[in-house]
Amino acid sequence: MIDFIRRRPFIAGILAFVILFLVTSSFPIVPETKQAVIVRFGKPVRILNRYEAGKPIGAPGAGISWRLPFADEVVWIDKRVLNVDMQRQQVISTDQRRLEVDAFARYRIVDPLLMFIRARSEQQLQEQLKPILGSEVRNELGKVTFAALLSAERQGVMDNVKNSLNEIARGYGVQIIDVRIKRTDLPDGAPLSSAFDRMRTAREQEARSIRAQGGKQAQIIRAEADANAARTYAASFGKDAQFYDFYRAMQAYRATFVGDKQNPVTPTTIILSPNNDFLKQFSGRP
Amino acid sequence: MTSFSAFGQRFRGLFAVSKGPWGSNDQGGDPPEPPADGGTGSGPWGEPGRKPRRGTIIAPGGASVFEEMLRRGRGRFGGGEGSGGPDRSLILWGVAGFFLLWLVFTSVHSIAPGQRGVVSRFGRYSYTLGPGVGLTLPSPVDRVKKIDVENIRSVDIGAGDSSDLMLTGDQNLLDLAYSVRWNIRTPELYLYQLAEPDETIREVAESAMRAVISQVSLNDAMGDRRAEIETQVTQRMQAILDAYRSGIQIQGIAIKQADPPDAVNDAFKQVTAAQQDAQTYINNANAYALQLGQKAQGDATAFDKVYEQYRLAPEVTRRRMYYETMEQVLSKVDKTIIETPGVTPYLPLPQIQKSQVQAQNGEGQ
Repeated sequence: MIDFIRRRPFIAGILAFVILFLVTSSFPIVPETKQAVIVRFGKPVRILNRYEAGKPIGAPGAGISWRLPFADEVVWIDKRVLNVDMQRQQVISTDQRRLEVDAFARYRIVDPLLMFIRARSEQQLQEQLKPILGSEVRNELGKVTFAALLSAERQGVMDNVKNSLNEIARGYGVQIIDVRIKRTDLPDGAPLSSAFDRMRTAREQEARSIRAQGGKQAQIIRAEADANAARTYAASFGKDAQFYDFYRAMQAYRATFVGDKQNPVTPTTIILSPNNDFLKQFSGRP
Repeated sequence: MTSFSAFGQRFRGLFAVSKGPWGSNDQGGDPPEPPADGGTGSGPWGEPGRKPRRGTIIAPGGASVFEEMLRRGRGRFGGGEGSGGPDRSLILWGVAGFFLLWLVFTSVHSIAPGQRGVVSRFGRYSYTLGPGVGLTLPSPVDRVKKIDVENIRSVDIGAGDSSDLMLTGDQNLLDLAYSVRWNIRTPELYLYQLAEPDETIREVAESAMRAVISQVSLNDAMGDRRAEIETQVTQRMQAILDAYRSGIQIQGIAIKQADPPDAVNDAFKQVTAAQQDAQTYINNANAYALQLGQKAQGDATAFDKVYEQYRLAPEVTRRRMYYETMEQVLSKVDKTIIETPGVTPYLPLPQIQKSQVQAQNGEGQ
């Protein structure tokens, strides 16, 4: 053999190359992330590393396989969880309110052969799933009220979407793992601005009520203070009403006629009769 | 001449060997992807055309080296045609050294702390290397992908973008920004289960956050239930990602900002202002109450003190107080005393007015 190589290096090289080529093209390496359909002259003959639920990673499936060179073609199909995004679209709830919804679905190709026959490629599969997802979401969300879209019920709605989508997707050898609403937004324009208006008026109402409550509390505090003061006065002055009358009158005279620096009084003229009690000593009577 | 060209051939083979592992290592061990048009367009020729380079790897590489050794042996022991001489053995040694180095570099892996090495044998997951030095079969057979598992990554969602409004349970809008912290729990799941793990985390986070926010009121979301919301979103995300078997661990959610939208922010500020106002009212009332209470107590105590004394000598005290007060009062006012009842009561109005004018002037000066 070595002699042959030395004598005919060129032919030997070509031969080696051909052998190499045959060997490598006969043993494709299937990674964990892929499934493969072996197609012999257009007819699928084998599936490599097919997804099976519950099979752990590293279980037999991936690794080196074989095929007939030239005759067999390997079609690679993703084994992982894939994503299809629904385009943002308007949904009208039963109470005629609009909502813009983004949703996504996660799926896995569980039957690569079926998927290969129906959709030919992952991209085409996505193209076909996308509108189906959109219409399913629209249909299901159109059956509920606006409030329900925002409530915990919506997970139930999404489960419905998932189930009906799964029915269709099964025809493509696809299993829908999860369908979720990503965003629910009010559409721009009238619905959004009216929501803003509502929020604004609600806040204004809140502000007013807070002010009013503050006023109310202040009033109550003042009234209580007045009552307390009255109680204090009554407890003290009630001991001798007559003396209080006199005592308070004296205070009042002083305040009204004399005043002090803070409360000056206007000059007053008093016309007295000599019979006045104050002047009773004027007469000199004992 | 002949041996030289044979060498060339061999070199080409070796070259392919060395190129295979390095080149494909970068691609993370993925086999060539089928073309985008689904493989129908590319005939059986398209695939194999690319394949040989990878596959050259073992068989020819091993074979050529083996041949090399045979040859060398023959040359050493004097058998054969030893036409190359020193040149030839030098090349041989170089090739052998290169091969050895390659063997060492591709089968000994040092895994940093916090990393794991996911080993796949011909594409099939085999085992996971812990931190330290790990041995595997050389490159084309075993491939090691190092994954950082301890490193906590962070994804920021909704940073100040006005279009990123969320609907709350009471149908209000909320401007929310938050970040998700996550790391990889199971590296092999992370590698092999999800097609787009990073994108998945982002979408799941958004979905979970919006689902939770849509069940709480605006005030709760902005106020004291934030921590609860963060916990709920974390749990929800973890549940979803576990359902995908993603191997991802959510460490936590941090809400960085939860504000009303810009368009209505003023109204929200008014609420704050109203709260301040209300507090002001209450403070004023409290001050009034305090003042009044103190004054009442003062007055009452003063009265009590005087009354105590008054009771000891009522008549005298009363007269004394009366005279003192009248003295003060009458000393400050204009007095007119009309003595006889027969005198016409004449009210000196001009004088009164004059005195008032004087008083006003006096004040003016």
